[in-house]
Amino acid sequence: MFEANDPNALQLTTDGQLRHFLTTEGLPRELLVEILDTADSFVDMSQQQVKKVPLLRGKTVVNLFFEASTRTLSTFELAAKRLSADVLNLNISTSSTKKGETLKDTLMTLEAMHSDMFVVRHADSGAAHFIAQHVTPHVAVINAGDGRHAHPTQAMLDMLTIRRHKGDFAPLKVAIVGDILHSRVARSQIHALRTLGVDEIRVIAPKTLLPRHIEALGVKVYTDMATGLRDVDVIMMLRLQKERMQSALLPSEAEFYKLYGLNRDKLAYAKPDAVVMHPGPINRGVEIESEVADGPRSLILDQVTNGIAVRMAVMSKAMSGQLAQRGALAEAEEQA
Amino acid sequence: MNILIQGGRVIDPTQDWDEITDLYVSNGEIVARDQAPEGFVVEEVIDASGQVVCPGLIDLCTHLREPGLTQKGTIASETAAAAAGGITTLIVTPNTQPLVETAAVAELIQDRAADIGLARVLPMGALTRGLEGEQLAPLHGLASSGCIAFTNMRHSINSSQTLLRCLEYAATHDLLVVFQAQDNDLVASGCMHDDTTSTRLGLNGIPEAAETIEVSRCLLLVEQTGVRAHFGQLSCERAVQMVAAARERGLSVSADVAIQNLLLTDENVNGFNAAYHLQPPLRSQLDRAGLRQGLVTGTLSAICSDHQPHDPIAKQAPFAATEPGMSGLETLLPLSLSLVEQQLLALPQLIEALTAAPARILGIEAGTLNIGSQADICIFDPDAEWTVNVDSLRSAGKNTPFLGQTLKGRVNATLMDGRIVFRR
Repeated sequence: MFEANDPNALQLTTDGQLRHFLTTEGLPRELLVEILDTADSFVDMSQQQVKKVPLLRGKTVVNLFFEASTRTLSTFELAAKRLSADVLNLNISTSSTKKGETLKDTLMTLEAMHSDMFVVRHADSGAAHFIAQHVTPHVAVINAGDGRHAHPTQAMLDMLTIRRHKGDFAPLKVAIVGDILHSRVARSQIHALRTLGVDEIRVIAPKTLLPRHIEALGVKVYTDMATGLRDVDVIMMLRLQKERMQSALLPSEAEFYKLYGLNRDKLAYAKPDAVVMHPGPINRGVEIESEVADGPRSLILDQVTNGIAVRMAVMSKAMSGQLAQRGALAEAEEQA
Repeated sequence: MNILIQGGRVIDPTQDWDEITDLYVSNGEIVARDQAPEGFVVEEVIDASGQVVCPGLIDLCTHLREPGLTQKGTIASETAAAAAGGITTLIVTPNTQPLVETAAVAELIQDRAADIGLARVLPMGALTRGLEGEQLAPLHGLASSGCIAFTNMRHSINSSQTLLRCLEYAATHDLLVVFQAQDNDLVASGCMHDDTTSTRLGLNGIPEAAETIEVSRCLLLVEQTGVRAHFGQLSCERAVQMVAAARERGLSVSADVAIQNLLLTDENVNGFNAAYHLQPPLRSQLDRAGLRQGLVTGTLSAICSDHQPHDPIAKQAPFAATEPGMSGLETLLPLSLSLVEQQLLALPQLIEALTAAPARILGIEAGTLNIGSQADICIFDPDAEWTVNVDSLRSAGKNTPFLGQTLKGRVNATLMDGRIVFRR
């Protein structure tokens, strides 16, 4: 009578294809592997003379960014263009929603323009779910970051980067370092890493930057780098926002850097072939030392390249799933 | 009007009645049981066979949206919903626009309700001006204008000194203070219980301490001032234990719980369904068990609806941006009956928690079927099933997480002041 609802029914078609990409949580392993395989083929393609494929020809993709972003927006734009889609970029600052137009109104207007896909970034957790469920269920919704909840394409590009460098996920120990509390990236990484079956996931942060009961997500919690990084294969750093200093979460950037900033000394705790990742943009000297960020073990620029491929893979999959679902609905209506 | 309520299972915990019998109502009063009084001419018969006849329900917490927020509900729409839910007395919160902080607003609400005549409406007054937690509201004047109790709702009174003075002043005039205990500093931008589900969903959490710290501060100041005090809608186990411990020390405080907190948990928020965005938040399974235990032991003596009707727009946004609260008047009884089905309470105990107990907390003469008392009566079929949907709800607020669900227990008739105010 009073059961919790299934959060994952929303992003899959009735026969298990992706039709919205809202979170990595709960998606089956095969689907994540399929996304990585497809993305792999796009990485190879990007090294060729002609970088375009016609998978989204004639389709309209709207990048709806309610939060500022240059990196994520531009990779989504490039990905859509390489899939031959028509692309519209909308930066909607929070002030325009204060003019009385609700999120719902904004989206319904765009739907009326016959958009086929929304790529949404929004400051509220659950915004992409809300849009997919209640506003425009027939438009494929790709979550480009919602509040603290999820940033699934970032997590998948990280998974692709790991797989291209390490091959198999099974033996890997992965540490995620920094502001876990406010990080949608960390949450999506944790779910993806678990599903892909890594040996161990660790989070390393002071308690003020750790959400309550984070262990329930299947991670081991460390509060110091020396033990947390021991025997680790992959180090995923997170960005630290400057405003965290104002809210009594941390005393100073300097103290954070001393304890949790990744420099060459701390990198030595990890395995000798450990790789270093960061979703960007980097705060040099706050989370990471320049020598490490630019060093031979850093995969930070690979992540950007892989980001385009992963977004192409996710967009093409979600579009075909959404079209299949629409087709099935139309057929059902015809029969009725 | 002379009404015969025939052949129902008459349950009145105040009289220890639980038997199949007839009730006779005349001129607004219950005049006899079993045998008609001499000279009683039946003008109207309500066949109550197979049904339960109990005192009209008393709901300790309803947000009435009039004046000022009539897009969410009106006194007419919400008292009609109350009547359809078997509720004859509504204790309403002061957060209308303008607030219940002047005699004019208190009287306006009561006059409107009396004109409509579907339910008794007893307003609670603001404890501080503007609910801002700084200056005392005119408590004595408001009480003279019919305010039954005083509350600052979930708006913090940051200064303990100010809170102390509010309680001293209320005690001076023997006024009841209702706490909806919440430390807003700890709530910050929280919108659900702080636990694994909030961590997974990336929603800001409301820690248990937001409630327990405030309950603790209030209990200590109640003890110091001797004010009549009641805690509304406790949400966590530890708060129940704190109230129980205070009562054991001899402090005369009471507490209630909203029915949804007895049935749902924070896990229901999975999937970001804004219908589950409630305040107080739905908490953990342990908390729910603690609240249920509190109900059994009597620390929580009453169950309320915490009815908060909204217009559709209020819930059409990402979870944290939606307005909290659910529409609950019409589901209060059927949802409460599920506690009997689950064998947590016997039916007379449940009826006590919905009628006599809230009357006792408020110090009003209601919640009884005793001969000579006002004829506020609820007649319901405990086995009838109905589906909660937009059309079956009379409340203007369709914002309930139970939408689409089939519930057991349906009100067939409600009498208020001896008049039939609802009949199916």
